[in-house]
Amino acid sequence: MFKLINSVIVLSVLVATSAFADGHKLKVGMITTLSGGGSGLGIDVRDGFMLAIKNNKNIEIIIEDDQRKPDIAVQLADKMIQSEKVDVLTGIIWSNLAMAVVPAAVNQGKFYLSPNAGPSALAGKGCHKNYFNVAWQNDNLHEAAGGHANSAGFKKTFILAPNYPAGKDALTGFKRYFKGELAGEIYTKLGQKDYSVEIAQIRASNADSIFFFLPGGMGIGFMKQYAQSGISIPVVGPAFSFDQGILKAVGVAALGVKNTSQWSKDLDNEANKTFVADFRKEFGRLPSLYASQGYDTGKLLISAMEKANVKDADSFRDAIRAADFDSTRGSFKFASNHHPIQDIYVREVIKEGDILTNKIVSIGLKDHSNAYVDQCSM
Amino acid sequence: MTFELFIEQLLNGVQFGFMLFLMSAGLTLIFGVMGLINLAHGSFYMVGAFSAAAVATVFGSFWLSLLASLIFASLAGVIVEVLVIRRLYNRDHLDQVLATFALILLFSESVRWIFGAYPLYLDVPDILSGTIQIMGGIYYSKYRLFIIMVGLLLSIFLFFLIGKTNLGVQIRAGQHDREMISALGVDISKLYTFLFGIGAALAGLAGALVGTIQSVEVGMGEPVLILAFVVIVIGGIGSIKGALVASLIVGCVDTMGRFLVPWLLTTITDPSTAMSIGSAIASMLIYILMAIVLIIRPTGLFGKVLT
Amino acid sequence: MISEKIINLGCITCLLIFSLVAHYMDEPYFVTLATRITIFAMAAIGLNLVLGFGNLISLGHAAFFGFGGYISGILATHAFNSEPIFEWPLIFSGSSNLIVIWVLTALLCSALALVIGFFCLRTTGVYFIMITLAFAQMIYYFAISWPSYGGEDGLSIFIRSSLFNINTMNGMNFFLICFFWLGLSLYLTSRIIQSPFGLALRASRYNLDRVKSVGITPFRIQLLAFVISGVITGIAGSLYADLNRFVSPSSLSWQMSGELIVFIIIGGVGYIYGPLIGAIFFVTFEQIFGSYSEHWQVFLGLLIILTILFARGGLIGFLSRSRDYE
Repeated sequence: MFKLINSVIVLSVLVATSAFADGHKLKVGMITTLSGGGSGLGIDVRDGFMLAIKNNKNIEIIIEDDQRKPDIAVQLADKMIQSEKVDVLTGIIWSNLAMAVVPAAVNQGKFYLSPNAGPSALAGKGCHKNYFNVAWQNDNLHEAAGGHANSAGFKKTFILAPNYPAGKDALTGFKRYFKGELAGEIYTKLGQKDYSVEIAQIRASNADSIFFFLPGGMGIGFMKQYAQSGISIPVVGPAFSFDQGILKAVGVAALGVKNTSQWSKDLDNEANKTFVADFRKEFGRLPSLYASQGYDTGKLLISAMEKANVKDADSFRDAIRAADFDSTRGSFKFASNHHPIQDIYVREVIKEGDILTNKIVSIGLKDHSNAYVDQCSM
Repeated sequence: MTFELFIEQLLNGVQFGFMLFLMSAGLTLIFGVMGLINLAHGSFYMVGAFSAAAVATVFGSFWLSLLASLIFASLAGVIVEVLVIRRLYNRDHLDQVLATFALILLFSESVRWIFGAYPLYLDVPDILSGTIQIMGGIYYSKYRLFIIMVGLLLSIFLFFLIGKTNLGVQIRAGQHDREMISALGVDISKLYTFLFGIGAALAGLAGALVGTIQSVEVGMGEPVLILAFVVIVIGGIGSIKGALVASLIVGCVDTMGRFLVPWLLTTITDPSTAMSIGSAIASMLIYILMAIVLIIRPTGLFGKVLT
Repeated sequence: MISEKIINLGCITCLLIFSLVAHYMDEPYFVTLATRITIFAMAAIGLNLVLGFGNLISLGHAAFFGFGGYISGILATHAFNSEPIFEWPLIFSGSSNLIVIWVLTALLCSALALVIGFFCLRTTGVYFIMITLAFAQMIYYFAISWPSYGGEDGLSIFIRSSLFNINTMNGMNFFLICFFWLGLSLYLTSRIIQSPFGLALRASRYNLDRVKSVGITPFRIQLLAFVISGVITGIAGSLYADLNRFVSPSSLSWQMSGELIVFIIIGGVGYIYGPLIGAIFFVTFEQIFGSYSEHWQVFLGLLIILTILFARGGLIGFLSRSRDYE
């Protein structure tokens, strides 16, 4: 359905652009997950992005659904680059899809702005001058969780994540900053929903806290079962399992849990207030982390377009690198490997009326960059 | 590793096993009696969970939501049987596999259309939340204990239904000789619809029970479906007894494997690698088990031996 | 009623013309699309050999498709990074030469098919369906958790592997390579099923006892067919990895196996060209409906059900009403 509406948008934008022939025009291709498992994230990124570029006459956008399949994503990227001749690609949610699309796209001279996935391979050795990550490097939120664990005085933490690359990055990221001792380390099966085995091991381990990275349905299952287990040591995790879209499904089991995020609904700056209000008005729901990332990606793009023409790749790249836009996160800069330098906050899940949401309680890591800057020669 | 931990994990395995039994009982009956491979059985599991979540949201009652899962899943089962499945009984397995594969697409995408892309909420009622102390020092989740009880009761019910009632006689007769039973004046078409509905209801109940402590989302049925197939193949297709035994074996092997394999590997390598390799092996374990069983007994543990 | 030959010929010419036109109109995406159809068709042709002609319903052919892809990916990555794959007992480096890749894919896939087939063919019917699935799932979980080649993230191939002096990065050239393989596998299949071996294979689906009584061992026949089938699907997988310059565990998933069966059934079980027509139809359907609705899979589901209930023999059967190979 959206595609239909969307082509109408494209059409009207096309008509409108002829009237503003003097501005720098640009064509964006968005590949994101709109159907199948995990489509909630893609829909939020899309909606955030569309909100940011709303009423901008110079952007033409094409949106396609990758169904969370790497091969489909590659084909869509080919289509956008070869047939549609887009200037900038964006939208991919998952690291494995990004790994399939990004290297080929940037090597063909296109710009890629990542609104979510930030695999370490693209931050270190595989970094590229045309690749910018507007969200985070994958390890960031986990590193902040490690930092928070130190300041909360945790001495013996039990850590768990699914057995796949992002899960390993998560535990590595946490361990990079955590100074205490590990009570246990478990890799679970990807897609696993029942955590009785792991919870029994946590109970037997005498841990004083838990760190977990279990995105999507996995985290919902874990939190609910943990709440039933009678264990009462504190839990810390990245924002993914406690974000707006998913909180409703986790329910009260999430109340009081600390989670790390570079964004929160209650961040006190003008850009964020406008974003939250506009998003609620436009879509009738609270924005999520992903929506904020989509929105920032859109705003960053507009800021660069105002300064430079995308056909002049070098000056356009400089314009993006300057990151001269009002981020919903407050201060935002790019590190030399084109990943954000930003504050990462610790949020707590609270109840506002009937709705579960997050509020900021402290800063986990200030002006945080990433561990791969030195490996990137650019 | 303590004795308490071991027993707790064993209980987890048994609980998982009973859950698998609820799924595989319907599957194995449907195959045994009607000769139908139903890949869409996982969709009833999902329908059960979603209808439970919807009812729980509106009425706020856990028990009502369990009832809803039974009603809506069996309703979905009956509708699908009448519209599609009954035309497939005389087809070969290939048509059945594909038609029911198509039903999965239909169910999953329709549910997403209706309920949206984010998971729904379903929670444990107060009376079953928290833990209970059993056998001395073991604290075990009340809810999981409840699942074990439900599974146990339903197994007894099913064995009674098939072993002792008139309906059971018809079902068993249907497994052996379809023409004979219709010649004896049993309305075979009604029997099939009824049986299909029962199978769907059990799957729906399993979905609601599991959805309560896991997550209610589109696509939740397929992983369980594959496990249920593993179960009925190990147990021998058509055998309820086989399904029960195999459910418990698969439940325990999977649970204990996830726990013991990495633990055993830590004795030979560093913990991080042991966990990583161990969990890889653990996730392959039940498939290895299934392959071994089939290589030794090509029709499963309790299946009829083909000559 | 159209004769089956005309349908077959029409489809394969249409595919070729479509990609040529797309190429000359400078629409490389449609060339890629045609290549994708070609590769899917080839993979399903491999499966069709055992499924359509031997009635061995394998729900685990993604194992070969993905395995072929990984062989291609691993060889190319090692060649790209110039790191040998193993150094003992002799140094074995990667390769980005398609001939080497194909030969190795064929060898390794036949070894894999030999092992899987040896165990699976001891069972029949549903047990066969499930045990093939079990083997595919083992490999799938292994690929997800094995860190060396990207695990769930998959493995990127930065440059398509090369063949003589042909520029494989050119979409049309690569299409023609795949088209050649498609033609070869169609030709091979038609030769095989008319050979004494093929007759024995087709006979084994009807009456095992009768086949045994004329002195043929069905197990050997079926195993050989399974191996050939695995090799064809494996090479298709290897081509698919090169097309996307990427391979990931999703090409090993059971949904992939399911899709291959969908191609065969939509096209028509037991027709040599069935998989090709099924793949053309499936990909076209996905393109057209996918651009109208995010919920296109609802319509796909409905369509498959209707095909099975009312158009037995798939599209070819529906169009030609011939039952040549049934």
